[in-house]
Amino acid sequence: MSRPYLVVSELSISYGNISAVRKVSFRVDEGEIVTLIGANGAGKSSILRALSGLIPFSGTVMFRGTDLGNMPPDRIVALGVAHVPEGRGIFGNLSVLENLRLATWQRKDGDGVRRDLDRVLALFPRLNERKEQPGGTLSGGEQQMLALGRAMMSRGNLLLLDEPSMGLAPVLVRDIFRVLRELNGEGTTILLVEQNAHMALQTASRGYVLETGRIVLTGTGRELDADPRVKEAYLGK
Amino acid sequence: MFYIIQQTLNALQLGSIYALIALGYTMVYGILTMINFAHGDLFMVGAFLCFVAATFFHMSFIPALLLSILGTALLGVVIEKFAYKPLRQAPRVSAIITALGVGIFLENFTLALNPYPRFIPPLVCNLTWTFGELSFSLLQVMIITLSVILMLLLDFTVRRTMVGMAMRAISWDKSVAPLMGIPVNRIISATFAIGTGLGGAAGMMYGLAYPVIDPYMGIMVGWKAFISAVVGGIGNIRGAMIGGFILGAVEILVAAFFPSTYRDFVAFALLLVLLIFRPHGILGKPHAQKV
Ligand SMILES: Nc1ncnc2c1ncn2[C@@H]1O[C@H](COP(=O)(O)OP(=O)(O)O)[C@@H](O)[C@H]1O
Ligand SMILES: [Mg+2]
Repeated sequence: MSRPYLVVSELSISYGNISAVRKVSFRVDEGEIVTLIGANGAGKSSILRALSGLIPFSGTVMFRGTDLGNMPPDRIVALGVAHVPEGRGIFGNLSVLENLRLATWQRKDGDGVRRDLDRVLALFPRLNERKEQPGGTLSGGEQQMLALGRAMMSRGNLLLLDEPSMGLAPVLVRDIFRVLRELNGEGTTILLVEQNAHMALQTASRGYVLETGRIVLTGTGRELDADPRVKEAYLGK
Repeated sequence: MFYIIQQTLNALQLGSIYALIALGYTMVYGILTMINFAHGDLFMVGAFLCFVAATFFHMSFIPALLLSILGTALLGVVIEKFAYKPLRQAPRVSAIITALGVGIFLENFTLALNPYPRFIPPLVCNLTWTFGELSFSLLQVMIITLSVILMLLLDFTVRRTMVGMAMRAISWDKSVAPLMGIPVNRIISATFAIGTGLGGAAGMMYGLAYPVIDPYMGIMVGWKAFISAVVGGIGNIRGAMIGGFILGAVEILVAAFFPSTYRDFVAFALLLVLLIFRPHGILGKPHAQKV
C-alpha cells in the first residue's frame, strides 16, 4: 500500500579482496522495526556503513525513491537517515549539548532545533543533568542515550542502529528498547542490527538472519524468535 | 622597571608572531594528525605577499593584510587538496615527506622570483612613544593588538560556532563525523584556510617588524613556532598560543643575559627540558588513540 521505503538489492561489500557481504537483498517498509541479526563478523556493520555512504558497495540501495549509490554521507543524512554506529560514536571532547547540536548540521530550522533539544532533554533527564559535561565522561548507558538523542536531533526518519545493547546492563537495555518503541510509535522507521537476538526479535516486526555475508533466514520477529535454528545459533543454550 | 616593561613588550611582539604560526601547526595536527612542515614556508609567502602588495600595488596596511591572509589561506587549501588529500589513507610518513617537499618547493619557487633579499616598505607610520627609557612603536602595538584579536576570534570560532564544533569532532573521530551530516572535506579545507591564513598574517607582521625578507626566512621561524605548538601541547589551540608566548619570552630573556649567539641554543635547551617533564606539552593530554 505504501511506496517502497528502503529497498536494498544485491548489495555486496568487499575490503580489498576480502568479500564481507555477498548479494544481500532486503527491504524495510515505512514505520517498521526490522532487525538484522548475525554473529560477530557476519557483515552487519558493513551493511549499515554502506547504507550511510561510509564505504563503497555494489548493488543498489533505494531510499524513498532516491538511489544512494555514490552519495556522500552528509547528503544521506540530509535525506533523513540517522546512523548510530557501533560503539555509539560519542565525541568525548565535546559536551553533551555540543554533541546534540552538531547532529543538526544539515537542518536549517532554528526553532525546530530548539524544540527538539527540549524534547530530547526531557526524554533523557540524565543527559539534561550532564549537559555541560564532556561526552567522554558519560557511562555506557548515558552515551547510548546521547547517541539516540543525536539521531532525534538530526530528524532522522530512518534510524540505523548498530548493536545498541552492546556492553549495557539488562535494565539499561530494556530502557533503550523502550525508547526505540516510542520513537517508532512517533513514526521513525528503524533498522536494528543486533547480536542480542532475543530482545531484537521481540521488538521487531520482521527480521533477517545474516551468516558470513549472506541472508540465510527471514521471517517475522516472532517466527524467528521461535525458530530452532536461530535459537541454536544466536540465542545460546 | 622601564627596562622590564620594555622587554615584556618585545617578548609579547615576538611571542604573538610565534603563537599565530603555532596555531597553524596545531590546527592541522588536530584535524589530520599530520605535521604540515610546509607551514613555515607559507609564513614566508605571507611576508612576500605583503612585499608585493606594498611595492607593486601601493596598498596600505589593511588591504595588504587581507591580501597576505587570503593569499596564503588559498595556497594552504590548494596544497591540502592536491598534495595531502591523496595521501590521507597512506602512512603518516608519506604525508610528512610530502609536506617537506612542498616547503622546499615554496622556498625555491620564491627564490626563482626573488634571487635577492627584499625590503618591505613601512606600511605603518613610524610613530614612537618615549617615556623615560621606555620606548615603543605604533607598529609594535599594532602587531600585539592584531595578533590578540585574531587569536580571540579563532578561540571563539573553535569553541562557539558549528564549524569549530565540527573541527573538534573530526579531531576526535573522523569516521563518525560524517554521520552527523558534517561535510568533512569542507571542514578540513576550512581548517587549512584558517591555519595558513594566520601564518600569512604572522608573515606580514614579521616582515614589517624585520623588513628584510628572503625565501628562507620561514625555516627557523617555522621550527620555533612548531616547537611552541609542541610545548603548548600539539593539537591544542590555547596551548599553541601559550607556547608561542613562552618561546617569545624565553628568547628575549636569554638575549638579555647571554651573548646573542646563545639565544637559540639556550631557548631550545629550556624547551627540551620542559618536554622531559611534560611530554604532552603544557595543555596536551595523552589522548587514548582510537581505532
Ligand atoms: N575496515 C575493514 N577492513 C577489512 N576487513 C573488514 C573491515 N571491517 C570489517 N571487515 C571484515 O568484514 C567482515 C564483516 O565485518 P562487520 O561488518 O564488522 O561484521 P559484524 O558487524 O556483523 O560483526 C568481517 O570478516 C570483518 O573482519
Ligand atoms: Mg558490527
